[in-house]
Amino acid sequence: MGITVSNISKSYKDVKALQNISFDVKPNELFGLIGPDGAGKTTLFRILTTLLIANEGQATVADLDVLKDFKEIRKHVGYMPGRFSLYQDLTIEENLTFFATIFGTTIEENYELIKDIYVQIEPFKDRRAGKLSGGMKQKLALCCALIHKPKVLFLDEPTTGVDPVSRKEFWEMLKRLQQKGITILVSTPYMDEAALCDRIALIQDGKILQIDTPEAIVNQYPKTIYNVSANNMYLLINSLKAYPHQHSVYPFGEFVHYTDTREGFNPEELEQYLEVQNLLNIRIEKTEATIEDSFMELAK
Amino acid sequence: MRFPLPWEVNMNKNNVIQAEGLTKMFGDFTAVNAITFEVKKGEIFGFLGANGAGKTTAMKMLIGISTPTSGTAKVAGFDVFTQAEDIKRNIGYMSQKFALYDDLTVKENITFFGGIYGLSRVRIKEKTKELIADLGLEEVANQLVGSLPLGWKQKLSFSVALIHEPKIVFLDEPTGGVDPITRRQFWEMIYRASHQGTTIFVTTHYMDEAEYCDRVSIMVNGKIEALNTPKKLKEQFGVQSMNDVFLKLARG
Repeated sequence: MGITVSNISKSYKDVKALQNISFDVKPNELFGLIGPDGAGKTTLFRILTTLLIANEGQATVADLDVLKDFKEIRKHVGYMPGRFSLYQDLTIEENLTFFATIFGTTIEENYELIKDIYVQIEPFKDRRAGKLSGGMKQKLALCCALIHKPKVLFLDEPTTGVDPVSRKEFWEMLKRLQQKGITILVSTPYMDEAALCDRIALIQDGKILQIDTPEAIVNQYPKTIYNVSANNMYLLINSLKAYPHQHSVYPFGEFVHYTDTREGFNPEELEQYLEVQNLLNIRIEKTEATIEDSFMELAK
Repeated sequence: MRFPLPWEVNMNKNNVIQAEGLTKMFGDFTAVNAITFEVKKGEIFGFLGANGAGKTTAMKMLIGISTPTSGTAKVAGFDVFTQAEDIKRNIGYMSQKFALYDDLTVKENITFFGGIYGLSRVRIKEKTKELIADLGLEEVANQLVGSLPLGWKQKLSFSVALIHEPKIVFLDEPTGGVDPITRRQFWEMIYRASHQGTTIFVTTHYMDEAEYCDRVSIMVNGKIEALNTPKKLKEQFGVQSMNDVFLKLARG
């Protein structure tokens, strides 16, 4: 009842949107596709929801083939596209009724599944979708994607452009949906959301960089990362980049994440070098890798 | 002897933004409720808030396209009430939603924006050369901007926003959606501009972006509820990340 993707490729003229992509999503798994704009996430979603045909490869969704069984698949998947695509001039309730009717069901029949989410927007059910805030639109779109009780849910960048409070609530909703037995494939450009998935695929330029649990990906990071800070961020970055033994130098908020090419790296040596560059308040401390560090190392 | 006027007392020479009690009302609704803050020369200032907190309205007043209901504010030395046109000419602005013309080439975009900001032909030529070399765009200089990867566009639009060497540049959610390496290259450009004395005003609701700022303010329901360095805010709220600071503030 999950998803299988084998050797899928898709090109638009000269642009290779997906290159030989393979992965499986287990039944009832919450699987994340993590990658920037242009990575190929939306193309993959469109292939799996039978809206686009791949040039090569096979894929199944809920044990159904995306080509042969496309009509059947459409009954069993819910799809929330990245761009808000409900009817702006219908109200919340009208949109939901519309989607329920298309799938031959009613709001009442599957109310249990959407209840948690719908109660939050129900007070505004007579408001037109076009007049809703970003967070409310997102909740309505999720309700519409769920109203026919799909086995597999596809969410393409559901949290893009949404503030941290709404983002957190949204992920809590996804966890509850997973507990109800739904398989979920979700894409996001935000690396911090990767940790909330069971497993993730890191994707860039149409290729998968790595697939594993978020913990395993971080654990496989090959180097020791140091948090470096000093009194002047600009000079610090330039100095570190000019250091002959640097392997990577990436600003990370108030710190710079630094890795060294040498096995027996001694931070004191780096500190002395930075002092010579006239930097002050130098601090160098070991830190843990994040998904973002892993992504950058793999994409390097 | 005359007494100094209030703004003469308060307007520190090093402040590129000085806002006091700045307020905007739409009918009975107070979108921005008496915000007071200052931004120093060369500072990277993060302006955060949830959707609907009043961030955009506040920024519109600061860039001279919306007249405040009350309060005072000076931006780059100009008054938001009486010198809005001067503000527009003397600031830089970049938004992810609109930055460059996709159907003009790299060079044409630079020429166009240089012209808009009143640079002479000679100066535009110099700037074009300098900017293209800086960004390593020599090979695509005559290509349409629409054909460039998102990350290149962003770096170019940031440089274009600085073409008239403004004291301050406003970045409206600048780095959404780009890959983490490009994003860092973008922040390195911001650090460089700041190092050269340009003030950077960034609005975002991505809290990891807030971690890069010298100081951040967080708006909740039209008011600035917190303003400090990311480090001090994290200490104050006893949390590990700006995301957690935000969640604590916004949820009360």
